[in-house]
Amino acid sequence: MKMGAAGIWFVHLGLIAALFGMQFLLSPYHITNLARIMVLAVFAMGYNLAFGYTGLLSLGHALFFAAGMYAAGLSAQLWGVTAGPGLILGILAGGMLAAAVGLLALRTAGVSFMIVTLMFAQAGYLTLLYFGAVTGGDEGFTLSPASRSLLGYDLSTDTPRFLAALAVFAVGLILSLAIIRSPFGRTLVAMRENEDRSRMLGYNPFTVKLAALTLSGLYAGAAGAAWAVLFGYAGASFATIQYSILPMLYVLLGGAGTILGPFLGALLMFVLIEIATGLTSAYLFLVGAALVALVLFAPNGILGTVRERWARWLP
Amino acid sequence: MAPLIETQGLTLHFGGLRAVDGVDFILRAGDIHALIGPNGAGKTTFVSLLSGRRLPQSGTIRLDGADITRLPAHARVRKGIAYTFQITSIFPRLSVFDNVALAVQSRGAKDLAAKTRAALARVGLQGLADQEAQTLSYGHQRLLELAMGLALHPRVLILDEPTQGLAAGEIDAFTALVESLVPETTVLLIEHNMEVVMDIATRITVLNFGQVLATGTPAEIRANPAVQEAYLGA
Repeated sequence: MKMGAAGIWFVHLGLIAALFGMQFLLSPYHITNLARIMVLAVFAMGYNLAFGYTGLLSLGHALFFAAGMYAAGLSAQLWGVTAGPGLILGILAGGMLAAAVGLLALRTAGVSFMIVTLMFAQAGYLTLLYFGAVTGGDEGFTLSPASRSLLGYDLSTDTPRFLAALAVFAVGLILSLAIIRSPFGRTLVAMRENEDRSRMLGYNPFTVKLAALTLSGLYAGAAGAAWAVLFGYAGASFATIQYSILPMLYVLLGGAGTILGPFLGALLMFVLIEIATGLTSAYLFLVGAALVALVLFAPNGILGTVRERWARWLP
Repeated sequence: MAPLIETQGLTLHFGGLRAVDGVDFILRAGDIHALIGPNGAGKTTFVSLLSGRRLPQSGTIRLDGADITRLPAHARVRKGIAYTFQITSIFPRLSVFDNVALAVQSRGAKDLAAKTRAALARVGLQGLADQEAQTLSYGHQRLLELAMGLALHPRVLILDEPTQGLAAGEIDAFTALVESLVPETTVLLIEHNMEVVMDIATRITVLNFGQVLATGTPAEIRANPAVQEAYLGA
């Protein structure tokens, strides 16, 4: 089947519309969970731009997520900044930190790049612990209710929180679809597919990859800041390696290098963990089994497999 | 006329192996200049130095009089030196269209689709635009590689053994295409097929053990006793 540009946009905007409708169907508990999933999906979308499309396997994205979270959280706590400016600060913090890490880490590639990004993230985590008096360390801190207001709406209530999460998600989704369908998006994929050839077509791999990583950091920063202002908490536990691996798992599960894969992966992983924790305290065992099944039967992730077999038009 | 590319004393040794050893070389604008020599003579290494894929240990490379010896490869491409790979190097999982579009948009994204289709038509691949590049036959992949080089609108197109592995009919079409490129594009050609070289080259340089053995017209090269002894074996 072939699909034109209008059809592709229709599918993606349709998802946003369907998510909007969910607030009328779901219970408040599930609405809050869906808000969490959408924020995590933004994190994963950013990860996907670097890993899925550009081929940069980073193990340090927790650092960029935490940068956004603490930029919003600390500015709220120390200076009383509200959610809107807090989000912007968070996005900038994630992007700037990713650019700084990229300047150094992108001198390496492959496994070395993984290790260098991991080391930067660990250094960031330890820094948060070291300055525990300000950052709250592992225990973190809660944001004051006054700082969690956006355009006059209280983000600690269900509907504004859900709509704010949806807005961030929608912007992230539309932006990543637009990027991937643009000439720049084609350049990103070219780096993943054949860096040497790309260089001999006149592209500087370093600057292209730095742009991809920075973009990815902007997404991670947005997600971290959104988490802080929507759920009212910032803590160093979000800077641990676990939060570098989670977006990778979401992306692998949903389909690396697909626009909707990060959301699908975040959704399924969230549901899977919900179900597994209801069954056993060893829930990670079930999650692990699901991932093994994924690697065996759908190594390209769910949407990667769908694209391969049925829908080649899927961006 | 000033040379388009000029090298002086260009040298790259790998340990004891003198791959390129003090090469003085001139590429004149509008020529189809063939680079020949036995296996291991340093041909591919020499063009790697020109294209910036490797940096020399000593010597200089000038493009239009400007020193580009230390310029990175991607910047040389933007200055007009395009390189097509000896071992076909395409984007196997992207469509044929995307492969060529990447070359076109490297010079600016205006009229991208039309320019891409034009570049594909030039090599006769317009009907295969939507195919995944890895599904193309070997001959078509070579043509795709050439289309990517042409789409860069280079001043110098370096072709590294372009006819290797092509069928006889494909070679004829290929040489006709290369001849149609000059004089707008200057062609530097590494080629083992002597028939092709003698047929289309306007100038020939013979490399042997990393050094220039002779440079001249096809007739001069054929008559050169040193070349005959070292290479042509006649």
